[in-house]
Amino acid sequence: MNFAFFVTALLTGLGFVGLVTVLAMLLAPRSYNAQKEEPYECGIPTKGRSWMQFRVGYYLFAILFLMFDVETMFLFPWAVVMNTLGSAALLSVLFFLFILVLGLAYAWKKGALEWQ
Amino acid sequence: MFDFSVFTSWLDAALLSVMPGWLTILVECVLVALGIITLYAIFAMVMIYVERKFCAFVQCRLGPDRVGPWGTIQVVCDVLKMLTKEIVSLRKTDRFLHALAPFLVVTASMTTFACLPWNKGAQILDFNVGVFFFLAIGSIGVVGILLAGWSANNKYSLIGAMRAGAQIISYELSIGMVMLTMICLTGTMSFSEICQNQAEGGWYIFRGHFVALAAFIVYLIAGNAECNRGPFDLPESESELTAGYHTEYSGMDFGFYYLAEYLNLFICAGMASTIFLGGWAPFVIPGLDGFNEVMAIIPGFVWFLVKVFFVLFLLLWERWTFPRLRIDQILTLEWKYLIPISMLLLVLMALCVSLGLTF
Repeated sequence: MNFAFFVTALLTGLGFVGLVTVLAMLLAPRSYNAQKEEPYECGIPTKGRSWMQFRVGYYLFAILFLMFDVETMFLFPWAVVMNTLGSAALLSVLFFLFILVLGLAYAWKKGALEWQ
Repeated sequence: MFDFSVFTSWLDAALLSVMPGWLTILVECVLVALGIITLYAIFAMVMIYVERKFCAFVQCRLGPDRVGPWGTIQVVCDVLKMLTKEIVSLRKTDRFLHALAPFLVVTASMTTFACLPWNKGAQILDFNVGVFFFLAIGSIGVVGILLAGWSANNKYSLIGAMRAGAQIISYELSIGMVMLTMICLTGTMSFSEICQNQAEGGWYIFRGHFVALAAFIVYLIAGNAECNRGPFDLPESESELTAGYHTEYSGMDFGFYYLAEYLNLFICAGMASTIFLGGWAPFVIPGLDGFNEVMAIIPGFVWFLVKVFFVLFLLLWERWTFPRLRIDQILTLEWKYLIPISMLLLVLMALCVSLGLTF
């Protein structure tokens, strides 16, 4: 039942956007103008391509994010049952977190967290 | 406390008695879809009105006050205006991705919206991995934002989208870890059980010592950043990037981003009130039985909405108080302060729970 509702919620989102777009297309006026289809960049013609390379800083943070996000994913099942697992599991998870903090400290030391 | 599941199971039984099983599921799915759209539209309008009025009062203005009493019809007029605006498709954009992006953003926010526990038994999506599901679906929205910025073939959009991507994924870590901290305390990921536990034993923000309070504050900061709102609104930053990733969207296509942004704020506040402030659970003081009984008379959805609007008030207050940060300051705040703090909170909470220090 829950999964049926999940699919319903997804389809509702898609259908809502689709229907409203169609409605807007039906209601809205249309006109043609040579300048209208230019991208808006402060009213002056665009220089060069816009699909260009962007700075590597964003990429670096994405990699770091991946590391931490996967780690949180591993910790979720532990957090649910941590109350019943006892101290041995707590110690191992603390060790796991310690390795992760080492990773963060390394990235910090290497200057990966600076925005040059 | 009124249990809404009485009504849903009665409806289920009534439908089953007149039609076959598959048709029942179909009818219920259609009802659910209508419910989601109705609530989504209503709360989008309420949110936009509240935001504009609040912003106006902070800045010593009146805000919308011409259309309808106290300007309440203003939002409806805005929606109608947006619907009748032409959707301009630009010459050199990636048309497919440009059209796809609003679908992803709105679908992500609608599906997370369906996770909110409105009342006891009144929750559309109630998985046993609820919190995890919420985080997973919520992060689809980032893909939509990145696509919107990339496909527009506009440098402002690209810069805005990249900033939004870096910021949202960074702050998602804090949100995830704060939720992890609270799950150590709750011992379950299902939203209905989280609320039920709080209805029986008190709100988690009181039960989790200062750790839960600190986690709540971290959540408020990260939540504002997650919704791209001030002081973290530089993906949009009107004065520099015109509108950031949705610069090139016009008419209703822009309206979808507007809608999703406000609803994401609502969802963010809803999650905070579910996990920290008890969701639909009434405010109870142990020992004062008369007071508790009066509180229990107030229906759950009223409690939920009161809490949500309280958290919203905090978020809006935060937004309109602080000046906008730079991108390096935003990332420094997250990676050098909030992540170490939230990891520390996780360890502290784990120790508190295993030593039995919680209430």
